Amino acid sequence: MRVPVSITVNGRRFDREVEPRQLLVHFIRDLGGMTGTKVGCDTSQCGSCTVLIDGVAVRSCTCLAVQADGASVTTIEGLAPAAAAGGGLHPIQEAFWNKHGLQCGFCTPGMIMASHELLKHNPSPTDDQIRHGLEGNMCRCTGYQNIVRAVREAAAVMGGK
Amino acid sequence: MSTRIFGSGIRRREDPRLITGVATYTDDFVLPGMVHAAMLRSPHAHARIRRIDVDAAKRAPGVLAVYIGKDVATALKAVPCAWLLPNANLKIAVYEAICTQTVRYVGDIVAVVVADTPYQAYDALDLIVVDYEALPSVTDPELALKAGQPQLHADVPNNEAFHWVCAGGDIDAAFKNAEVVVKERIIQQRLIPNAMEPRAALAQWSGASGELTVWNTTQNPHILRFLSSVVTGVPEDKLRVIAPEVGGGFGSKIAAYPADFVTMFCAMNLGRPVKWNETRSENFQATTHGRNHVQEVELAAKKDGTILGLRATSWSGMGAYLSTAAPGIPTILHGLMLSGVYNVPAIKEDVYGVYTNGTPVEAYRGAGRPEATFMIERMVEKLAKAVGMDPVDVRLKNMIPRFENGHAVITGLSYDSGDYPAQLKKLVDHIKYKDLRREQQEARAKGRIVGIGIATYVEICGLGPSQVAGAIGFQGGLWESAIVRFHPTGKVHVFIGASPHGQGEETTFAQIVASMVGVSVDDVKVVHGDTDTTPMGWGTYGSRTTAVGGAALVLATRKIKEKAKVIAAHLLEADVEDMDYLDGKFFVKGSPDKGKTIQEISLMAHVAWNMPAGVEAGLEASTFYDPPNFTYPFGSHFALVEIDPETGHVDLKRYVAIDDCGPQINPVIVEGQVHGGVVQGVGQALWEEAVYDDNGQLVTGSLLDYALPRADLLPEIEVLSTVTPSPHHPLGLKGIGEAGTIASTVAVYNAVMDALGPLGVETIQMPMTAERVWRAMQHKRPQAAPQGGR
Repeated sequence: MRVPVSITVNGRRFDREVEPRQLLVHFIRDLGGMTGTKVGCDTSQCGSCTVLIDGVAVRSCTCLAVQADGASVTTIEGLAPAAAAGGGLHPIQEAFWNKHGLQCGFCTPGMIMASHELLKHNPSPTDDQIRHGLEGNMCRCTGYQNIVRAVREAAAVMGGK
Repeated sequence: MSTRIFGSGIRRREDPRLITGVATYTDDFVLPGMVHAAMLRSPHAHARIRRIDVDAAKRAPGVLAVYIGKDVATALKAVPCAWLLPNANLKIAVYEAICTQTVRYVGDIVAVVVADTPYQAYDALDLIVVDYEALPSVTDPELALKAGQPQLHADVPNNEAFHWVCAGGDIDAAFKNAEVVVKERIIQQRLIPNAMEPRAALAQWSGASGELTVWNTTQNPHILRFLSSVVTGVPEDKLRVIAPEVGGGFGSKIAAYPADFVTMFCAMNLGRPVKWNETRSENFQATTHGRNHVQEVELAAKKDGTILGLRATSWSGMGAYLSTAAPGIPTILHGLMLSGVYNVPAIKEDVYGVYTNGTPVEAYRGAGRPEATFMIERMVEKLAKAVGMDPVDVRLKNMIPRFENGHAVITGLSYDSGDYPAQLKKLVDHIKYKDLRREQQEARAKGRIVGIGIATYVEICGLGPSQVAGAIGFQGGLWESAIVRFHPTGKVHVFIGASPHGQGEETTFAQIVASMVGVSVDDVKVVHGDTDTTPMGWGTYGSRTTAVGGAALVLATRKIKEKAKVIAAHLLEADVEDMDYLDGKFFVKGSPDKGKTIQEISLMAHVAWNMPAGVEAGLEASTFYDPPNFTYPFGSHFALVEIDPETGHVDLKRYVAIDDCGPQINPVIVEGQVHGGVVQGVGQALWEEAVYDDNGQLVTGSLLDYALPRADLLPEIEVLSTVTPSPHHPLGLKGIGEAGTIASTVAVYNAVMDALGPLGVETIQMPMTAERVWRAMQHKRPQAAPQGGR
């Protein structure tokens, strides 16, 4: 059985027929080219697949594509659409770069999207608030310290205190 | 050498593609006609396969093929072990890519399905019926060696994979003369590396040309090509291995795995590109684990705190088969480092490598050295307590004094350079140790449970001279290679055989080139990870990429400069001997204004209109660097913990790391390596453990059950350094990838024991969860030796 869905990803609408069981993360990754969203686990623990659905951070491996029917999804590629062509980065991306907030980069797209959510709700978080806000995103390389520094810098650049 | 770019904490060159999501990891590749493989894995820890029925699976929608053991048995040779430990009665059991008769751990491959989509492949797995005859299993290495236990391999009595002995000095005399003997039973629990990117393989076969191309999440593409050629029979010149973006490894992406070869087999049999991408659950079961030692240790000393000798027995669980480098990890990389930073006149360790019904164990960040460091640093703490001395004083009393060019230790190694006492004193000053001890007393008086932990270490890395590799049974070399290729415009490509996967060498190696030949760091591109374009190299592990590959790169840039100087002299109509160099410019001594830049020289070398007699066109150099010795980074770490008296929860309040990796190319990257390493070691101390139940089922088989460190559990880590150049590396570099992990587990452990000392607690099995600490506190007396290793 296949079900029609219409999902807007990074501003472009995709009308597709999908299996009801297809995960949103696989829908996104199979669209062709948008593989920035990563699958790091199968129990919704690691946060690597975090995307924004209608502006809210969601793990795209816990969400079926059919559940996102009619929604607008933003992935790492859509955060600063011009970046892939050499244009400007989003301040969070820039801050992760400036503060060495990534090593292997695999958790990074999810970490950046989760940081986006965090800063939306708390534009000037303390270090403790950053750490709690990102506790659901796992990183094995950085020990989180430079991620905290990156989010702190992004908050400052984006207008928080 | 210019110091402007070398030593500068510039932003990484790797990052733009990673932060925008356009980087391509193995699972991101899509090839025309690509199909998907899924592995059926054993649900039993030990069982005989009576019968497999694949008919229904073969008829399932989208399925192209189902293969079982006998289908691949003639096409694929056994999965190789590449570290043939000598003088240890090593017994390598047959490691089949797909099991034909017996499964030996939960995760052993029983069948593979290839289908149009991953969903269809997984559906079909459910339709395969396997009739198993369950057999008794054993996962505790100490137990598995005893008589009457389940036998994993018919040709390996008592499951003993090897018995290796490390000995130096007169250990019997040491214990005979001892005034104090302290003992401990240490469980180095099984750990699961959990690189955030699961393993993946993609294989493409061109039947017409006989060429096999493999994309793989490997730390060492050249070794994988070498071993894949042996296993599949595809000649090396027709086998291309590409390690694209690789999402962390920590040792778990060193091995050549059964699934890698099975994926190649499927592609070759079907003539279609085949991708296999493991799930996280599969990663838990089937990607190599780390540690898993049970150790009995005793230290002989005098009452004044002088160490006389260390004696130990270690039972090392190897899992069901010997993985690629596994035999060398609990032996060479462990036993030889047991004396740490101290003068230890005598050492003896017996290491038993034991087959168990668990996932194969391999290198995991630190690989043998954390287990050695834990042993000696734990014993030093116990000694301090036994003789009533401060643990810092006991360390200083026994430390090897400063040395700059070689120090022989009792295990036969020669450390390259070090100044351990000065570094420990720096740590003690930085943390205001005496004040801390006073504050601890005040806190204790108020009923708070506060502990101070110190750990020092020296590690062996920069593996290693190839001659030594041969002597210790490693079935390969341990040199590295680099090609530096100038282009006509003075831009540079660097090709390296090593294969970084998060460590940042695309940046630091560009910094080396920029500083050596005076080009801009932005003009250097570092290429790695493709066996068709990069020179042979042995890979990225053992903190060796900068220590060995970086040295190769330095020597290649020196060759470039030599040639550039000859060309410059010719263009300036001067004698080569009269030439001078500064910051990318070659000139006649005393006339820096009239020089030729490296870019001008490169252009002239490429157009070749006016070359000196006998000098080839182009500007390119290649080096294969085999180090004369290992490198020996060292460090002094400090942990401060407070334990909740009600719950036993350990709060890591403060952590300070002082590490010495020699001069730092990029201190920001060094600091990042220390952060990540420290946290992995803290994870072992406090949270992480792979647990098998009595039936050999992996109880901690998901991120729900296996506690990885999280952001909210950790304090800011303070990172300091000392700089003691290695005498034999051309830039004095030593390596930093594993340092943090080696020290931090025992630093935290010592802190917890220091906190609980007044309660009479002497040991807690790691990880020191709130429950274990709480239980230990309830007894308020020495705990019974823990059962463990399961």
